[in-house]
Amino acid sequence: MIEREQVLHVARLARLRLSEAEVERMVGELSGILEHVDRIGKLDLEGVEPTSHVVALENVLRADEPRPSLPREVALASAPEPQEGAFRVPSPQAE
Amino acid sequence: MADILDLSVLEAHDAKMAGELSPQEHTEAWFEAAGRDELNAYLWRNDRSAEAAAIEVDRDWNAPIAVKDIFCTEGVPTTAASRILEGYRPPYTATAVRQLIEAGLPILGKTNMDEFAMGSSNENSAYGPVLNPWDRERVPGGSSGGSAAAVAGGLAPWAIGTDTGGSIRQPAAFCGIVGLKPTYGAISRYGMIAFASSLDQCGPLTRTVSDAALLLAMLQGRDACDSTSVGIEGGISLPDREDLAGLRFGVPAELARDSVDAGVRKVFEAALVKIEALGGEVVEVSLPSAEHGISAYYVIAPAEASSNLARYDGVRYGMRAGGDGDLIEMYETTRSEGFGAEVERRIMLGTYALSSGYYEAYYGQAQKVRTRIAEDFSGAFSAVDFVVTPTAPSVAFKLGEKTDDPLSMYLNDFFTVPMSLAGIPAISIPAGLAEPEGGGPQLPVGFQIAAPAFAEQKLLDAAFALEQGIGFDDEHRSQLPWLQRVADA
Repeated sequence: MIEREQVLHVARLARLRLSEAEVERMVGELSGILEHVDRIGKLDLEGVEPTSHVVALENVLRADEPRPSLPREVALASAPEPQEGAFRVPSPQAE
Repeated sequence: MADILDLSVLEAHDAKMAGELSPQEHTEAWFEAAGRDELNAYLWRNDRSAEAAAIEVDRDWNAPIAVKDIFCTEGVPTTAASRILEGYRPPYTATAVRQLIEAGLPILGKTNMDEFAMGSSNENSAYGPVLNPWDRERVPGGSSGGSAAAVAGGLAPWAIGTDTGGSIRQPAAFCGIVGLKPTYGAISRYGMIAFASSLDQCGPLTRTVSDAALLLAMLQGRDACDSTSVGIEGGISLPDREDLAGLRFGVPAELARDSVDAGVRKVFEAALVKIEALGGEVVEVSLPSAEHGISAYYVIAPAEASSNLARYDGVRYGMRAGGDGDLIEMYETTRSEGFGAEVERRIMLGTYALSSGYYEAYYGQAQKVRTRIAEDFSGAFSAVDFVVTPTAPSVAFKLGEKTDDPLSMYLNDFFTVPMSLAGIPAISIPAGLAEPEGGGPQLPVGFQIAAPAFAEQKLLDAAFALEQGIGFDDEHRSQLPWLQRVADA
């Protein structure tokens, strides 16, 4: 159903690092689930409108008025590594 | 007067009005009861220290409440039962919780749950499973398992939870209490940690249908912070219907071949007889696409989750791991160490379903099935007032029984997922007891009633009449777990 290579590719897309044992388990489990899910792939749904949202709502708008947001120190309070009023992260490029 | 903890919230209210119970005495009794948690139902308990002050108001007249740990509470730990949010204290409070606080409800604590609401047994919590108060070797259901166990186990008079595919109704059924999933849009989702945004909905878990109505009345409404919230026109009042005359209840024809435990089926059929005795009419309806609900749900919900959970990256809140390498290395280490196995599985499933080349085959097709299921219900509701099913195919199963088989765990949601996909309201009320397949103690069975969108008042009225007719609470009062706990204390 789903190959080992696909699992590794999807894990990269999802920013997850899987151990060798996890990759093995994921191949089996995802295949089992997808086999069940694939039943809907066989249904003839030509011309059926997709539903992305169940409540009939159209463009809920509000006036674009500036208002106070969270103070900087409050927004930073939960960050694992705040520094100089900003979120510190490792370099995007390995050294 | 009966023991304080024996009273539903409405009964306690009446006792307060009659001067037989002081509001302080009532509140104190429940705070003391919550302190006796042996079920791992609470992840954080309000010890009324300074940190809890942010979510308290100086008005102590209403019954205290337990809140699922998926709702953000200012200054108070909010983890969604995930390691990745360990120690997180949100800078704001969810609208639903704020409305309860403003109504004068003290918060007893934050309840345990499946991590990010992904699960049907509460075994996916990073902080250990919750035990079912009826039999501590069994699961309370999920994902709102802590809220359900707290109410059934005498640790809270009532609670709120969230339901994405059955996460209020199924644990309510497993614990022998009432659980209501309102119409999508009835209650604000602002500050409710997102799992699958087109399905997530807040709702009450209570001892009685009347208490569910009281809570819904406080929770529902339009919120400027959630553009999908619309509220319930006309509000909600206490149900007082005594019979079911003139109401038609539809039983899906497909139910005859669905996999349901014999004991559950027997209790379900007895409830149908009760409906007729109360003057209601039971007829057959057809929901031909409902059987594909699980397939559609396990594409749509993981797809939305994979997007919603992208925000947990070790930058703005929660834990960070790694960081000796580059940015990507930090993201991957944080997420792999922070998320549990089921959350990783759903992120993988959702990412796969949305990935290039598979989008139409999975997500597109699932959305079309969703349309078909909604059409099934609107067709049924042109002939009947309600659709009824068992809430779950079995009674509460044993801890560990299904943890190695994700698909069999997912099939627990077979009867609750179609209503979620259609966005319509559904309630589970306890209808009787049944022995598990393979033997064991008698355990509660839930009876699910679904209604058209925003027909909550009519749904609560009918559920109330049936609840009085079944008399579950009266019949089982002497053996209910919360009384057991009072006797033990």
